[in-house]
Amino acid sequence: MGMTMAQKILAAHAGVELVEPGQFVDVKVDVVLANDITAPIAIREFTRIGVEGVFDRDKVIMVPDHFAPNRDIKSAEQCKVLRDFVQRQNLTHYFEVGRMGIEHILLPEQGLVLPGDVIVGADSHTCTYGALGAFATGMGSTDIAVAMATGKVWMKVPETIKFVYRGRLREWVGGKDLILHTIGVVGVDGALYQAMEFSGEAVDDLSMNGRFTMANMAVEAGAKVGLFAFDEETQAYVEPRARRTYTAYNSDRDARYAQVIEVDVSELEPQVAFPHLPSSVRPLSQVGEIPIDQAVIGSCTNGRLEDLQVTAQVLRGRKVHPYVRCIVIPGSQAVYLDAVRQGLVEAFIEAGAAVSTPTCGPCLGGHMGVLAAGERCVATTNRNFQGRMGSPQSEVYLANPAVAAASAVLGRIGGPAELAR
Amino acid sequence: MRLTGKVWKYGANVDTDAIVPARYLNVSTPEELALHCMEGIDPEFAQGVQPGDIIVATANFGCGSSREHAPLAIKGAGVSCVIGTTFARIFYRNAINIGLPILECPAAEQIEGGQTLEVELETGKIHNLDTGQTFQAEPYPEFIIGIIRAGGLIEYTRKELGR
Repeated sequence: MGMTMAQKILAAHAGVELVEPGQFVDVKVDVVLANDITAPIAIREFTRIGVEGVFDRDKVIMVPDHFAPNRDIKSAEQCKVLRDFVQRQNLTHYFEVGRMGIEHILLPEQGLVLPGDVIVGADSHTCTYGALGAFATGMGSTDIAVAMATGKVWMKVPETIKFVYRGRLREWVGGKDLILHTIGVVGVDGALYQAMEFSGEAVDDLSMNGRFTMANMAVEAGAKVGLFAFDEETQAYVEPRARRTYTAYNSDRDARYAQVIEVDVSELEPQVAFPHLPSSVRPLSQVGEIPIDQAVIGSCTNGRLEDLQVTAQVLRGRKVHPYVRCIVIPGSQAVYLDAVRQGLVEAFIEAGAAVSTPTCGPCLGGHMGVLAAGERCVATTNRNFQGRMGSPQSEVYLANPAVAAASAVLGRIGGPAELAR
Repeated sequence: MRLTGKVWKYGANVDTDAIVPARYLNVSTPEELALHCMEGIDPEFAQGVQPGDIIVATANFGCGSSREHAPLAIKGAGVSCVIGTTFARIFYRNAINIGLPILECPAAEQIEGGQTLEVELETGKIHNLDTGQTFQAEPYPEFIIGIIRAGGLIEYTRKELGR
């Protein structure tokens, strides 16, 4: 019996030929990650273990991106704990404000996470790197403390649900819509403790950007990891970036799946997730009249260059609605610079949008766009839980960048097709 | 170990933003976090919770962000045990790692807020002292028992490393 790519990667990192779903294994990790919110607890627990240094200073990466640039005095103290640790441990890869990006956009872009890796991060969206064919999963700070000290973590080998997307995507429909639709189908715990594997011609056609978006939100279905097979698209993305060797693992033809779910995407519309769950999904045509106060375009889900190109395509030559704040946040300095060079930032500013330095900021109601009671936001982010972006009486609607940008112009949730030509 | 406490009952998909809203993540001690525990969905909780009280929820408790601040806030509030029909995987790991007792029990649906439970952690037996019912929680895998016995993942790792 063959193995899924999840099994293969874990077997290779556990140093065994074969692993079965349900089995507990100790695996070596290739990258350990933490941010300014999760690192302070990880560092506190790391100190309690009683080892001097991290297991490998090339493999522990810290990014201050959540409440950075420092939001308030307490956040500044948290960021300082991270900064002091980075310097004390002399970590090789560190990204300070000005070079910093949203961790899950930054690490793939810098070639620091690669196909076939096991990556653990004290951030639930660490699963983003599944787009590269890496076994990447979010954990808490204590797990990360132990991984920093020993270079190993315990894992329960997951079963895999295989999703097969048939057909061609329509205009303005992309990875965000595929994953929102999928979460709508299986529910927010539909893949609990399991791996998701995304396949079929619709995702074969998808750029790396769309794949990152899908893998990013696997955790929103409860999954441990969301995986894509390694193909020419992956190779073209990875080759110019990789600074070390890697091994790609794809699932065997006779791999065993817990479930195979087929989805025909040829009629799929842009999807909108209503408050307060990512699974409360409706097609755009059934959204109705929802006025908005704010549109946020960015985050680890949709803050890459292609997302900003789509946003500019919609906003160029148009104006943001007088009563809407449209906040565009490039996911990294490289994305930001490309957006400047390609004239995208000019288009945003001329349209009346605000453009920010990279940060997770508003996605988790941290800063740079927190909502008041009664306010509504359409966002390209990943969660719309109650109070996620601010007041418990505010509302977040999740959508793709084209819908968010069009909504900013319309002053209500709508798509680019509704805009006057 | 026997734990006795009054039930705070919640439904499905209680996310970690509800357990500790992100705006409070600029602190990291259990005591500070406990002041805002469950604030996202139950502003009464942090004021009313008594040492030993038990949180009971249904499916997918602790979904969303990986923030360990969530189980730390619950532990800091003095909660003795969390019972759910299922848990989000990161929350489950975090709770085990920091030594917050956590039990998966399909019958959690039948337990109501305000009732008093007695929980035997070793056997996973949950006695409802108000109704006289007894429920059986899922047994822990052997590997996880090792972490619980050690007193959490850090203590477990110290032992493994011989420190």
